[in-house]
Amino acid sequence: MAEENKKGADVEIKVLFFARARDLAGGVSEMMLQVPSGSTAQDCLSKIFTKYPELEQIRECMVLALNLEYTPESVVVNNKDELAIIPPISGG
Amino acid sequence: MDSENEKTLVEILEPNIQVDLAKYIKFVSNPQSGAIATFSGTTRDTFEGKIVVELRYEAYVPMAERQIKSICSSARLSWSLEAMAVAHRLGSVPVGETSVFVAISSVHRDDALDACKYVIDELKASVPIFKKEVYANGEVWKENSEFLERRDQYSSHVSSTGGRVCCGSKVHKVPVAKEKKICCGNKTKVRDEEAECAS
Repeated sequence: MAEENKKGADVEIKVLFFARARDLAGGVSEMMLQVPSGSTAQDCLSKIFTKYPELEQIRECMVLALNLEYTPESVVVNNKDELAIIPPISGG
Repeated sequence: MDSENEKTLVEILEPNIQVDLAKYIKFVSNPQSGAIATFSGTTRDTFEGKIVVELRYEAYVPMAERQIKSICSSARLSWSLEAMAVAHRLGSVPVGETSVFVAISSVHRDDALDACKYVIDELKASVPIFKKEVYANGEVWKENSEFLERRDQYSSHVSSTGGRVCCGSKVHKVPVAKEKKICCGNKTKVRDEEAECAS
């Protein structure tokens, strides 16, 4: 796996949109995203926000999950990672 | 680990499947327990005076299951518990029906009662489940105040597993006005009649 992430090579991650995030992304619930190796979740977000600018509306209240765990934006993503845009939750 | 898993049941139910309270109470029943504490969350018909036509839930299912299991493990560190069951319904939930259910058994009642409150509070703060309320004149994705209060913790480097703060202390929340903290202009989809009434 580490060899796939050689410097300069792209990594491909899956991005998931839930609830209000999906609405703001025009109803898209998932997409594949290519970013250069070494990119952080924040780098991915920049690309995602460029593609779906409406998501800016929840910029200050969303969180990220990487591979099923809440994650800071500074984390480096790896090939085949799953990055989820989590708008405010409302279970219960 | 295995024995703990055997005594913990977590279910995110597919749409149109009701929460079978009896099933979960039966699951946590056992001869060594002197107490079973339960919490049932049911859907309400009004929110801030607006009539709720429909409530719809969705979840990031694999993460929700994982997060609930983590909350259960965390509860077992703080209290002496026998069996635990947590279920959450998805899809459309008619008003008055159960959307979430927690059942916990313990030898003595204090453990089950306290852990039950902890589990539902943590679930509301950290489990990625989303509820949309549909009114006659619009619809809104709801936002749990418990989540918004803890958001910074999730995006920082502090481990958020089980939502624990450092030192493993039990979380004592200062009561806040529920649902008041609406961020990011969530209500924009409700049509203007409401605004006119307010002015």
